[in-house]
Amino acid sequence: MAGTLAEKVWDAHVVRRGADGAPDLLYIDLHLVHEVTSPQAFEGLRLAGRPVRRPDLTLATEDHNTPTLDIDRPIADATSRTQIDTLRNNAQEFGVRIHSLGDADQGIVHQVGPQLGLTQPGLTVVCGDSHTSTHGAFGALAFGIGTSEVEHVLATQTLPLAPFKTMAITVDGELPPGATSKDIILAIIAKIGTGGGQGYVLEYRGEAIRALSMEARMTICNMSIEAGARAGMIAPDATTFEYLKGRPHAPEGADWDAAVEYWSTLRSDDDAEFDVEVVLEAADLEPFVTWGTNPGQGLPLSASVPVPENIADENERVAAERAIEYMGLTPGQPLREIHVDTVFIGSCTNGRIEDLRSVAKVVQGRKKADDVRVLVVPASARVRLQAEAEGLDKIFLDFGAEWRNAGCSMCLGMNPDQLAPGERSASTSNRNFEGRQGKGGRTHLVSPLVAAATAIRGTLSSYADLGTGTPAPDGTPLADLQTV
Amino acid sequence: MEKFTQHTGVGVPLRRSNVDTDQIIPAVYLKRVTRTGFEDALFAAWRGDPAFILNQDAYRSGSVLVAGPDFGTGSSREHAVWALKDYGFRVVISARFADIFRGNSGKQGLLAAQVAQEDIELIWKILETRPGTEVTVDLESRTITCDDVVVPFQVDDYTRWRLLEGLDDIGLTLQHADEISDFEAARESWRPATLPAKHLPPVEIKAARPVGVPVEIGTRPGL
Repeated sequence: MAGTLAEKVWDAHVVRRGADGAPDLLYIDLHLVHEVTSPQAFEGLRLAGRPVRRPDLTLATEDHNTPTLDIDRPIADATSRTQIDTLRNNAQEFGVRIHSLGDADQGIVHQVGPQLGLTQPGLTVVCGDSHTSTHGAFGALAFGIGTSEVEHVLATQTLPLAPFKTMAITVDGELPPGATSKDIILAIIAKIGTGGGQGYVLEYRGEAIRALSMEARMTICNMSIEAGARAGMIAPDATTFEYLKGRPHAPEGADWDAAVEYWSTLRSDDDAEFDVEVVLEAADLEPFVTWGTNPGQGLPLSASVPVPENIADENERVAAERAIEYMGLTPGQPLREIHVDTVFIGSCTNGRIEDLRSVAKVVQGRKKADDVRVLVVPASARVRLQAEAEGLDKIFLDFGAEWRNAGCSMCLGMNPDQLAPGERSASTSNRNFEGRQGKGGRTHLVSPLVAAATAIRGTLSSYADLGTGTPAPDGTPLADLQTV
Repeated sequence: MEKFTQHTGVGVPLRRSNVDTDQIIPAVYLKRVTRTGFEDALFAAWRGDPAFILNQDAYRSGSVLVAGPDFGTGSSREHAVWALKDYGFRVVISARFADIFRGNSGKQGLLAAQVAQEDIELIWKILETRPGTEVTVDLESRTITCDDVVVPFQVDDYTRWRLLEGLDDIGLTLQHADEISDFEAARESWRPATLPAKHLPPVEIKAARPVGVPVEIGTRPGL
C-alpha cells in the first residue's frame, strides 16, 4: 500500500499495535535530554527503582539554563546551578552520556544531535522540548514530549502514541533574493495558523525545499510546532547524506552503504494520500516578520501593523488588539518603521554556522546602529569553534556585537540573557509570546538576514534596504546570501 | 495517578485564545527540580494585574478553567500542567488544545475537555453573569453542566479510560517488556548509539566575557 514518509517511519517502529482505540507502542531510537524537563523524570525513576533502559540511546546536554558568559566560573544563580548539577548527577547515576558546559559538544540539544551524526534518517527522535521537530529535516520522525513521557522513554525506550494525520506542504519554485527558509516557515505559519498543524505531521516538499541546505531545512522543521504540529519532516536526499557522511556517529563502510540504501526508500510514494495538502509559491515570498505575540501573527516586512477593526473573526480581532497593545505598536504603522533595542542572533532555529556566515557577510565592514544591542549566540560550542576558525567572531566584534558561548540564551530568557520590560527585539528565534524573552519584552521574529540588516539600521529592515542590489561588502551577491 | 470520574468546582472564564505555555508558566520558573509547588508561577505575568480573573474573589478558588481556543500551545513544558494542578485546577475546557499539552494533562490527571466554541461562549456568559457558579464535569457521560446548560465534551477513549482507572502509563507499557526486547533484537546494527561515545578531538572552549556598555532601555521616543 502507498504510504507517506511519516507513515513509513512510524510503521518501522511499532512494537505493539494498539487495539480498541489504544495507542500504538512506538520504539524510540534516540532520546535527547536537557536540564529543564528531566529532573522530575529521573526522580520518578529513582522513586520507582527503575533503571534507564537504554543509556546507549540517550544523550544529555546543558542548554536552556546555562550562562553564555563566564562559563568557566560557577553559575551565579543558585537555582540554575542546582538544576545543572542535578542533570550532571542524574547522568552519572544512571549512566547517561552528557556534554557539559565547556565541552566542545555542549550546546542546544537540536544542534548537538545533528552535529554528532546521531540524528539520522528514519529514526524516531524525542526530547523534552517542543523544538525536537528540528530533527525531522533528516527524514526522522522527531517530536517534543512532556516530562512524564521523558520518564516513560527513560524507563521503557518506547512511547504509547495515538496515530496522527498527515499534511503535505509543497513549496514550488525558487526563492527570490533576500528570502530564506525562515521566511518560508513564517509564511506557512501565518497561512495555516498556530493551530493549523494540530494533530498532523507536516511533510515539506517541492522544489524550493529540495534546494535548501540541511541547516536551512532544520530551520523549517524546527518551527513546525509553531503551526501546532508535533513533527515536520523532509525526505532525505543527497544533501542529507552529504551532511551526515564522516560525522562521528554516522555509519561507516558497509554499514554506510546499507544505511543509504534504506534511507533512499524513505520518501512518500507518488500515490500516497495526505489528509491535507497546502501549496505555496516560493516566488511570492519576501522577508517575513512577526508583529504580534504568536508566531502566526506575521506579515511581509513591506506590510503594516494590522488594523483590528478590519478583522472579521472576533477571537482573532480581540487577539490582535491585545497583541498590538502588548507590543506597543500602532495599527497601520509600517513594519519597517519599528525601532528595536536588541538584535538576537541564535537559537535552535537560526544559531548554526550557515546562519552566522550569512549574518557575517552582511555586517562585515559595517557598524551596528548606536542604540542597538546585538547578541550573537552560537547554537553549540562546536559552532562557536567553527565560526572562530573562519574569523566570524572578529567580524561580529568589529561590528559592535557581543560574541557569546553556546546555549538557548535569549530565545527563552531562562538564563541572564533577557529583555528588560518594554524592550523590543528582532530575534532569529522561534517564539514571540508575551514575556518569552523576558517579562514585558517585545519580540519580532525574523530571519538572520533581516536581523543583520536591522542591526545596521536600527529599524526592522531587509537586506535590500541597505541599498537596492548592493552586494555584501565582500562582494558576495545577494543571491548567495540566502542559503539559510 | 488519582482516579477521575466526576468533578464539581467554581468555573473560571478565561477569555483569551492562544494561551501558550509561556503564559501558563514563564520560563524563569522552570529552574526548579521538584514536581510540586508551582502554584505561585501559574499565569505569573498576569497575576500582578488586579483585574486578572484569578485575582477576583469569586473566581479565586476556581478549579475548572474555561479558556479560548488553542490552549497550551508552544513549549512542551509539563510544568504548565503541574502549575494548573498545584493551583487547584482539575479540568481545563477549550475548543482546541495543543497536542503536547493535552498529552501532558492526561498523564497528570488534569482533564483537558474539548468543547465546541459556541458552547464555551454559553458557559462564559453564565460564569461572567454569576461569578462563582459551579461547573460539573462528568467523565463517564462526557458532559459538562453549568447552571441549566448541559454540553458534551470530547476526550479520546484511551485517555478517558486511563483517567477513570487512574492507571500509570509506565506500568502499563512494562507489561509488554518482552515485546520491547524482541523489537530491540531485530533492530539494524548500523542504527546509531550514543555509547560508546565517538567524538571529534577535544578542543578548549574559551569563556566569553561581558563587553561594552549595555544600551539604556526605554530611552527611545515612541517605544
